[in-house]
Amino acid sequence: MSGANDDPEEIARAPWIPGPRRAADDHADLTSPPPPPSPSSSFAESSPFDESSPFAEFAEPSPFDESSATGLPPARDAREVPEVPEVPALPELLDLPHRTLKSLLGAWALSACSPEETRTVEAHLTECAPCADEALRLRDAVGLLHAERDLDLDPLLRSRVLENCLGRRPARIPVPAWAAPYDAETARLDALLRDIGEAEWHAPVRLKWFEGERAVNRKTTVAGVLGHLLAVDGLVAASLGLDDPLGAGIAELSPAERTEAYWKSSARPPTRAVREPWRDQSHTLIRTVSFAGRGVADLTVTYGDFALPLRDSLLERAFECWVHADDIANAVDYPYDPPSGSHLHGMIDLAARLLPAALADRRRLGLAAPARELVTAGSPGRSLHLEIEGAGGGHWYIALDSPAALGSPDHAVAQVAMDGAEFCQLLAGHVPPQDAAAGQDGDREAIRDVLFAAASLSRM
Amino acid sequence: MATKDTPPRWDRKMQQRLARGEAAALGELYDRFASLVHSLAHRVLDDDDAADQITREVFGYIWENPDAYDPKQGNMRSWVARLTQRQAVHRLRQAEALAFAERGEGTAEELEQKVRRASVAARADYIVTSMPTPLRQALELAYFQRRDYRQTAADLGVTEDEARRRLRLGLQLLSTANTRPLEGSSPPGAGGYGRSL
Repeated sequence: MSGANDDPEEIARAPWIPGPRRAADDHADLTSPPPPPSPSSSFAESSPFDESSPFAEFAEPSPFDESSATGLPPARDAREVPEVPEVPALPELLDLPHRTLKSLLGAWALSACSPEETRTVEAHLTECAPCADEALRLRDAVGLLHAERDLDLDPLLRSRVLENCLGRRPARIPVPAWAAPYDAETARLDALLRDIGEAEWHAPVRLKWFEGERAVNRKTTVAGVLGHLLAVDGLVAASLGLDDPLGAGIAELSPAERTEAYWKSSARPPTRAVREPWRDQSHTLIRTVSFAGRGVADLTVTYGDFALPLRDSLLERAFECWVHADDIANAVDYPYDPPSGSHLHGMIDLAARLLPAALADRRRLGLAAPARELVTAGSPGRSLHLEIEGAGGGHWYIALDSPAALGSPDHAVAQVAMDGAEFCQLLAGHVPPQDAAAGQDGDREAIRDVLFAAASLSRM
Repeated sequence: MATKDTPPRWDRKMQQRLARGEAAALGELYDRFASLVHSLAHRVLDDDDAADQITREVFGYIWENPDAYDPKQGNMRSWVARLTQRQAVHRLRQAEALAFAERGEGTAEELEQKVRRASVAARADYIVTSMPTPLRQALELAYFQRRDYRQTAADLGVTEDEARRRLRLGLQLLSTANTRPLEGSSPPGAGGYGRSL
């Protein structure tokens, strides 16, 4: 301790402050241990993790502001400070008031000042203990900044966590099993959306589907795709008596018409603002069907030119959610997995159940070969054996001549073997039926008709 | 997070729905907090599987004990963060104590230092995610984008005074992560190996 100085404590508390940390890519610094806490901290009462203290002080002004400029010890002559020798190469010392010097401490700790300001601040720190204290603390705080880890939560974690919870305490109001795929797929898409940046919401997406005999497409953006999902999910919401995102009293429209109406209803292109209403609606749907009781599964949802019972409708919405989540993921260059095997199985099963009626529709339009046999309703008839490989796969027998007939292994006239993902691409209208990679055996006309009928299940 | 259902209304409704045994509420709770829980646990334990496990335990605890949340003590988000941190620190302590007992690795002081470092890091992460957006934006520009405070001011459309104020206040908030020993990080013997959920 220097006997020449009449304020030994002042010297002890004003150590030479090394320069601030360099930023961002200096990883060695980021992982180094933080120094022990400063016992003189005036922040002790604002810890958010302390059970006893309410957590509300974040926006409060800094307690450091109470040390006013007038309360500081008189500035000493800079020439007495050996750490800041007058060397011509050094940046110029500025004449800044104490208030400004104090306000620069954060920027200084982040190396975000000009060289002159940096040097002036550092000179000041050798002679002002309160500022030196704070400077040290802020510089250590910079060491706690940390690039956010690439946060790709395993999408399967959600179902594992929820399962574990429900095993520990069964739900009194469960989510119906038939709503589980919709719950899982909307959660997966939401997690993807959380990770994408502002600009990516405007990335172009080309929606592709299949109409009649040809592939069609429509250009939109990531936000536009989500608007599409919001508008069509709204059809299910409306049938449950919930608010329709298109507004009250909207006429019965097909999914594509609803989407166009939704897109047109806003003068400006959709933005990330669409995420919240979409997510709120999907959460509300799940909640509503959980409370609605068993009968609600059979409630009819009308899609304009066709209708599905609610249980199938939510499965169809889950499928669409996945297909469009995949569109979005492709547009922003993220990986995206197919649904879990059991959910995928349900989606394929729904398609297999819809195929006989789709065949009959195409037959009426002259797009499929005429029926070969008359089958009494409920009897087994000519069938196509659909074998889907991979997770969610299985065997289905598609009745060829009438939606009322039963598919039957004994009446199989043809077999198609496909990978599950490939079959779903076909169902989504992303792969033309003539290009679908399928192992084929038997009646070629039946195979062609079923593959085209599968593609015809796709829509915007 | 300025949604129309901002806490505490959302928090209270969620608590009631969980208490009622509504599985849909559990799903919504997960959707809101899973990434917070997982990232804090990961910050303490530095291991994906361990973070998955903590996530399972924290949500299991909340689902079984929704009444343990007291809205008067703060919002649900900070409560969830505290639970996570406590559980993750508990796990870290167990793992380190086991390594010490089995292989004689490390000393008691090293263990304490490690626990403390992990706790401070997790708390700092939480502070960054919870601080007002203007402060976080300023820190992100100055630190990650390496903008000086004048550029930061221009990027944010604020005065240079305001940019300096935000950088300083943001760091002051962050520095609180360093200032207080955490509960559950007391030396073994004094308070046991932390509390289990």
